[in-house]
Order: sequence, then structure tokens, then C-alpha cells
Amino acid sequence: MDFTLNKEHEMARTLFKEFAENEAKPLAQEVDEKEMFPRETVDKMAKYGFLGIPVPKEFGGQGCDILTYVMCVEELSKVCGTSGVIVSAHTSLCVDPIMTFGTPEQKEKYLVPLAKGEKLGAFGLTEPGAGTDAQGQQTKAVLDGDEWVLNGSKCFITNGKEADVYVIFAVTGKIEKKGRVMKEISAFIVEKGTPGFTFGTKENKMGIRGSSTYELIFTDCRIPKENLLGQQGKGFNIAMHTLDGGRIGIAAQALGIAEGALERTIAYTKERKQFGKSISAFQNTQFQLADMATKVEAAKMLVYKAAMKKQEYVTNNKVSYSVEAAMAKLYAAEVAMEVTTKAVQLHGGYGYIREYEVERMMRDAKITEIYEGTSEVQRMVISAGLLK
Amino acid sequence: MKIIVCIKQVPDTKGGVKFNPDGTLDRAAMLAIMNPDDKAGLEAALRLKDQYGAEVTVLTMGLPKAADALREALAMGADKAVLVTDRVLGGADTWATSTTIAGAIRNLEYDLIITGRQAIDGDTAQVGPQIAEHLQIPVISYAQDLKVEGDKVIVQRQYDDRYHVVEAKMPCLVTALSELNPPRYMTPGGIFDACKAEVTTWGRADLKDVDDSNIGLAGSPTKIAKASDKVRKGAGEKIVPDSPSDGVKYIVEKLSEKHVI
Amino acid sequence: MSLEEYKDVYVFAQQVDGEISGISYELLGKAKDLAADLGQKVVAVLLGYNVKGLADSLAEYGADKVIVVDDKELEVYRTEPYAHGLASVINEFKPEIMLVGATAIGRDLGPTVSARVATGLTADCTQLDIGDFPLVAVPGKEQKHNQLLMTRPAFGGNTIATIACPDNRPQMATVRPGVMQKIEPIKGAKAEVVDYNPGFTPNDRYVTVKEVVKAVSDTVDIMNAKILVSGGRGVGSPENFKILEDLAAVLGGEVSCSRAVVDSGWKPKDLQVGQTGKTVRPHVYFAIGISGAIQHVAGMEESDIIIAINKDEDAPIFDVADYGIVGDLNKIVPELTESIKKAMAEK
Repeated sequence: MDFTLNKEHEMARTLFKEFAENEAKPLAQEVDEKEMFPRETVDKMAKYGFLGIPVPKEFGGQGCDILTYVMCVEELSKVCGTSGVIVSAHTSLCVDPIMTFGTPEQKEKYLVPLAKGEKLGAFGLTEPGAGTDAQGQQTKAVLDGDEWVLNGSKCFITNGKEADVYVIFAVTGKIEKKGRVMKEISAFIVEKGTPGFTFGTKENKMGIRGSSTYELIFTDCRIPKENLLGQQGKGFNIAMHTLDGGRIGIAAQALGIAEGALERTIAYTKERKQFGKSISAFQNTQFQLADMATKVEAAKMLVYKAAMKKQEYVTNNKVSYSVEAAMAKLYAAEVAMEVTTKAVQLHGGYGYIREYEVERMMRDAKITEIYEGTSEVQRMVISAGLLK
Repeated sequence: MKIIVCIKQVPDTKGGVKFNPDGTLDRAAMLAIMNPDDKAGLEAALRLKDQYGAEVTVLTMGLPKAADALREALAMGADKAVLVTDRVLGGADTWATSTTIAGAIRNLEYDLIITGRQAIDGDTAQVGPQIAEHLQIPVISYAQDLKVEGDKVIVQRQYDDRYHVVEAKMPCLVTALSELNPPRYMTPGGIFDACKAEVTTWGRADLKDVDDSNIGLAGSPTKIAKASDKVRKGAGEKIVPDSPSDGVKYIVEKLSEKHVI
Repeated sequence: MSLEEYKDVYVFAQQVDGEISGISYELLGKAKDLAADLGQKVVAVLLGYNVKGLADSLAEYGADKVIVVDDKELEVYRTEPYAHGLASVINEFKPEIMLVGATAIGRDLGPTVSARVATGLTADCTQLDIGDFPLVAVPGKEQKHNQLLMTRPAFGGNTIATIACPDNRPQMATVRPGVMQKIEPIKGAKAEVVDYNPGFTPNDRYVTVKEVVKAVSDTVDIMNAKILVSGGRGVGSPENFKILEDLAAVLGGEVSCSRAVVDSGWKPKDLQVGQTGKTVRPHVYFAIGISGAIQHVAGMEESDIIIAINKDEDAPIFDVADYGIVGDLNKIVPELTESIKKAMAEK
């Protein structure tokens, strides 16, 4: 077992760090205050291949591994949580299911432009009545000739109005399973601009305020038959598979936010003087920092391990990485919340005002405990793995 | 078109220079980066590649770890990389460095050689023009803009209060200013390819038409008599004058002492 | 060829548009000191077209002899004809020392010529002395006397080295402008004027200057300013920057500022000094009403002289300032401007 990064990953880290510092960081405050989607940054990320990192070159991607993608989300999130989740939602929740379950035609038509960053992706599973409980789905898709007709709505969709390609889940019928009648769920690829596909309200959020979170509304929205993703009725599996990967992305985002808050707090406590010395000279500060750093490091180990497990899955798809992904997300998200809260505390009054970034980081951190499966869901996944 | 870009790996001074407790420079604590002017020169070459399909070869002389700078250049889009490294080349001044690099370049085909104006560690700005002199080709220093038309380069050559639009027939050498163009980032896929790519490594024996008396420490006409790592500037004098006029008098005195006025 | 054949201290007398550059006079001032130490002469080398008339002013600033290379090819600076001209002078007249200004011209000409005449060149020197090499005698090794010891900063001013060129001649250095002192001109002084033309035959290495574009832009480049008067939040208002502008004007400097000033919208971003702004290295940096956050200091600490004016005695700017004045900038700065004006008028 080797804990040193190889040359590729070291160089990739340098690249992402430099990009984040130069391109994402200067806009982070404005992105937050004005709920501004950082279009300019996203365009630059597209140009440099950040939107297709784990996609093979034959599909317009960079041909890198999952760890490289994770490091990208991590470094972006260190300076701007919004930028981190944009890449994560695009890559894990839209690119990945199309890459995994798409037909050659779908890959050609959707994966290639998504991987090149010419198009941005999003994912629609959650509904007002179907959060943790995917069986609560109300959106329906009915086959009518050569077209599926979608009706219903999706909420809290990241990259909502800014995306071009959406992976959408809908009920396509009923099935009997162990004597119980259940909804049959299928996945679809929907393009922005399809008649009948509109946007509802924009959510005004606590954190990651630039990520363009919208409600998607489908009213007799007709999409071609061939836009069914995977087999009919396999939607639930596709969703669960996708969320396993998505959780690694969110874990990376949480890790990045925690690291960013820790870095700033270390710098601040060295600079800030009280009672004639730097507050970093006080043992309370030192011990707090030590605990924060230790937890961040532990989170990093879990996140990187989950990334490597998923990598193993890519090469040998019999391997499951659900538990590793859930552990990474659960722990990294809770560490992010704890570390950012302590960061604010160590900043004192300055931590509570907008000028100092830890205030934003604490707000950004909270969502990582909620979306793509709450911490409670992660515990369910982990324990299910233990007790099966 | 074939372009050679000469680059140097230097310690990063951005974010401050690090010192050992004894006041000497802590080189190990500083990141090694591609020299900024060289990176701008590389970007100019890559733009010519985008435009005309030029082949870009990056070349550096240094310790084996300088290969990292070459890999970065490959990850940005350069096609080939050459590392010139050999114990006997160590301790070279600008003369010996330029004879060595010229000796390496004689093995390569080129239409255009681009170097950075100067490196942030030495700040001499000498190696570029000296390479051109050894190769007997025209040099245009301080390029703030670079275009290629047919077999000619057209360069905006910067001076203190003006610039000249200068035309030279290729082959020639141009030294690039950082402001020539902002360098592109690497791409993740470029990084993965660069790490697999082969870096050609040359030693003393591979240099063409270079005399032993012109390389390394022994072949360097300039010799260091004394080198010291200047201790970081500490606090100077601070006065709390009784009146503003006393403060003014103090400043004026200091300014005339230092020949400012 | 023996090194003893080389003698006298030569200065490349840079001229642009028929006007001698200030650095040339500064070099003559230093060359006079060095020549006195060596018991040799100061020789100026003047290259250009129709420039012979400039020889007298070089004499007034200390040249004993002026070698004039006058040719149509030398009308506008280009590396090749100039390098050929200067290298030919060196080969013909054999100087012991050759000084060139570390200007945008000298930093191109110097390396080319040194490579052509196969000698060493030390760049951007800030101090020149005559002394022994090695500095201290080493048993079993010859200690050479009367060597040019060239001192230069490197690594962005963080290290400093003294360099000699013991076995090759001439000993060549480029010298940073603004460091050496020119002498008070000796009115009516005359130098021996020697005309020399090595012949100029254009070849491929003669580039074509298609256009000369003189800077007319009014955007100030604070990175090139020799004197910067920099203001921070303590200046109080955009209007109050007037007192800094007045001070900059009498000193021939420029106004720059801290990030707080840019963030408040008082000044444009291109005047910002610091980590997220520009890194400057002027001869004199006035930090006025700037507290001196690390981010600001990182962008200016390499200035030669830092003068801080701040009412807060504990402001971190005083940790890097050479001269710190605790006081009210609104009173000190205007009075300082007047005093400097007066002091300069008296000169």
C-alpha cells in the first residue's frame, strides 16, 4: 500500500490548485453574494478538459482516472464550493450514467459534447415528494409511438437552468416484486429546449449559492424513444449506481471545503494578535487546529480510497464501491461542517462577517450533509453493507 | 515549421522567499516551477503550433529533476522534450550555459528558437542572446508580440519608452517577455500523456562542436568571489517626531543622503 | 594574447534619437572612480549616426577619450550592427573594463558582444570595485590584483553575489540604471575624439525595423516607476490622493495603492501593489497610510528604500520600512512636497 501520489496526480494537483486560485477564487465571493453562476469559469474549465476528466479520449474526454477527477473537485471546492459542485454534478451525475449505460449512439450524441465541455449536464431524480424515498416518484413517462411523453416535475436540480443535457427519472409502469406492486422507474436523456420542458422557481439557498438550483417542469414533454437511458425499468439501479459515484464527488467537495477553511484558519491565527501575541501561540488554538487537521486527513484517506475503489469498478465492474462512497461522503461532510464551524469560531467576530471566507465555507459545507443522500442515508447504506 | 523553446526550472518566489533559521535561502522549501518568461515563450510557440501546425521541442539544461519542467511543457502541448544534464556541465555561468545549449541545439532542426527574456533566479537576460551568437543567427530580445509570416518573424521589440516592429528572416532567436501572452494551463489528459512520454536525455558527449574549455564551472569566465544570501530586510529606523515638520525634515535628510534628491 | 595588453575603463555611451541616455553619464561617473584606482583612462564608445556632436557632453561627464563609430546602419538600435560596432572596438582598442547600461538595449547588446569577444559578462550590477581575486589569498593559488569586482543582486534581490572575471578581458558588466552617481559636469571639458569605422555589411543577421512606436499611452506602468508614492485606506478618500499625486509629481514618480483602495473603488486595479496586484521594485517606495498586510508587503518589499508614514505606531509596515515616521499623513505629506520642491530648487 502506497500513500504517495504518483507524478500524474501531483501534476494534476498543481494544475487544479493553480486554476482554482487564479480563476475560481477571485469570483467566489461574488458568486455567493449575487447567486451568480460562474459561467466564465465553467467555460475555461471546459476549454482545459475539466468537464471530461474520467472519460476516455475516444469520447472526447481526458482519459484520466477517478482520483484525478476527485482532486479537481477538491481543489475547486477549497476556494469556491459552487465551482466544485458544478463539476461534480456534471461529471458524476450526467456524464457518468451516459458513459456507463448509454448506447453507442447516445455516447456519440451526448457523451462527446459533455466530455468536451461544449455542453453542461444535470441530473433529475428528486421530487417534492421523493427525496430519500425514490419510490415516491410522481413524474411519468408514457410511450406514444416513437416518443416518450413526460409529465411531472423535479426539484433542487443543480446546474438547473445552466445545463444542456439532463438525465431524468420517471415512472414508466408498475412491476410486482416479491408480491408487492412497485413503481417501475426508467431513466431518460432530455435536452434543454425540448417543447414542454420548462424551469420553475430558482431556489434561494444558504450555501453554494451560485450553482443554479432550479425546479424542472415537464408538461407533455415529448422526447425521442431512443433517449431512454439503459433498459426500461432499470432506472432505480441507474440512479443508485449514479449516486454512488456522485457521493464521491460530494465527498471531494466536502473535503475541499474543509481543507480550504483549515488553510485560512492557520493563516489567520498566525496573523491575528491578541494579548501581544499571535493567537496561534495559544494552546487552545493549537489543539483545535490539530484536531481539525487530523480529521481532514482522515477524510482525505476515505475520499481517495473510495475514488480508487470506483476506479477498480471501472476496470472490473464486479466490484461494488457503495459502502466506500457512503463512508467517504458521510465522514467528509461531517468533517466539513465541524471544521468550518471551528474555523468561524477561531476567526472570532471576523469569522462571522462576509469579508472572511470561512463564513461562506460554513454555509457551503452544510449542504454536503444533505444532498445526494443525507448523512442518515449514508448510514443506511453503510449498515446495509455490514448486515447483508 | 520547427520551434525550439528553451526553458529553465527555477525556484518559485511568488508567495515569498523562504529562509533557513540562519538567514540563508531555503531552496528546498520553495517549489520548482517553469520560469515565467520561458512559459510565455512556450505559449507563443504553442500558438504558432495551433495556427500553423508547428512542431514544438522544449529543451532545458539542469539537474535530472528539471525533467519536471519539461513534462509540464509537454502537458501544455509541446511535442518533444530534451534534457541536457551532466555533472561536468554544473556550475556554468551564462557563457558556459549558452555554449552548452547551443551545442545541444546544433543536433536539432529549427526555424525559430524562443527563450524567456530572463530567469527569476539569475535575472541576467544573457543566455538567449548568447545562444543566438554561438549559432550565428539573428536575435530579437524583449518580444512583447510575435507573428510569423512566411519565412519571417515579425516581433514587437520592447524598449523603455517605445517598441520597434522588427522583421527577421528565420532561423532566428526571440526572447520573450512575460507579457508576450498569458500561458495556457496544462490539461489533465496532457499530464497523463506527458508522464508516459519519453524525455530525450543528452550529456556532454551529445553536444556538437563544443570545446571542453567552454563548459561547466571550469569553462565559465566569470567566477564568484563571494555569495551571500541577503538576510531578509528587517525593520529600519522608526521615529515618532515631535511635530510634522520634524518628520518632514527627517525624510528630506534621508532622501538627500541616498541621492534621491 | 596577454591580459596586460588590455587597458582603460570603457563605457558604452548609449544614445537614443541622438540624445545620450542618463545611464551613460552614470557609467562615466563610476568609470572615473575605477580608472583612478587603476591609474588608467576613461573611454566612452559612442555608436550611432550623426552623433559626433555628442562627444563633448561625454567629456563634460568624465570621458578622457571618445571613440565614435558613426554609420548610417547605426541610426536605429539593432543588435547586429551595434554588436559588430562594439565588438570591433573591443578587438581593436582592447579595453580592460567594458561597462554597459543594464537597459533594454544594453541587456541585449552586452550578452551578444561578450559572446562574440569570448569574455564573461556580469549582469545588472549595483556595485563595482577594484580589488583582489580571490578576495582572500588562498595558498597555492594565484591571487590577482586590480580585478573588477562586480556585485549584483539575484533571486529578486534576496541574494547578493560578487563576481570577478580574472582570466578573460575585457571584464564586462551591465550596470543597473539609477544606482551609480554621475559627476557634476565639467563645463567646457574636452576629450580626445577618435573616429573608427569597422565597416558595416548587412547580412541576414541585420533585422529590419519596420516601425518605431513611441509610448503615448497614459496608463501608468507602476512596475517601471523608479519612485512610487503608494497610498492605503489611511489616505481617507479618493480626493485626498491629490496630496500623494503632488508628492509623486515633484519626485518624478508615480502613485500606486493598496488593495483596500482598489476595493473601495478609489483607484483602478492596475495601480494596486501586492500579492493580488503588482510586484514593484522601485528605488524609493513611500507607503502612506498603508498598514502593511503581508499581502501588500509581498509586492513591495524588494524596493531599495521604503519610507512609511502611518499614524499607528504598531502598523506592520514599520517592520519592513527603512525609515518609518509615526504621524499624521495629512500634515506630513503636503509639507514634505513643499520641502522637496525647495531642496530641488536650491540644487
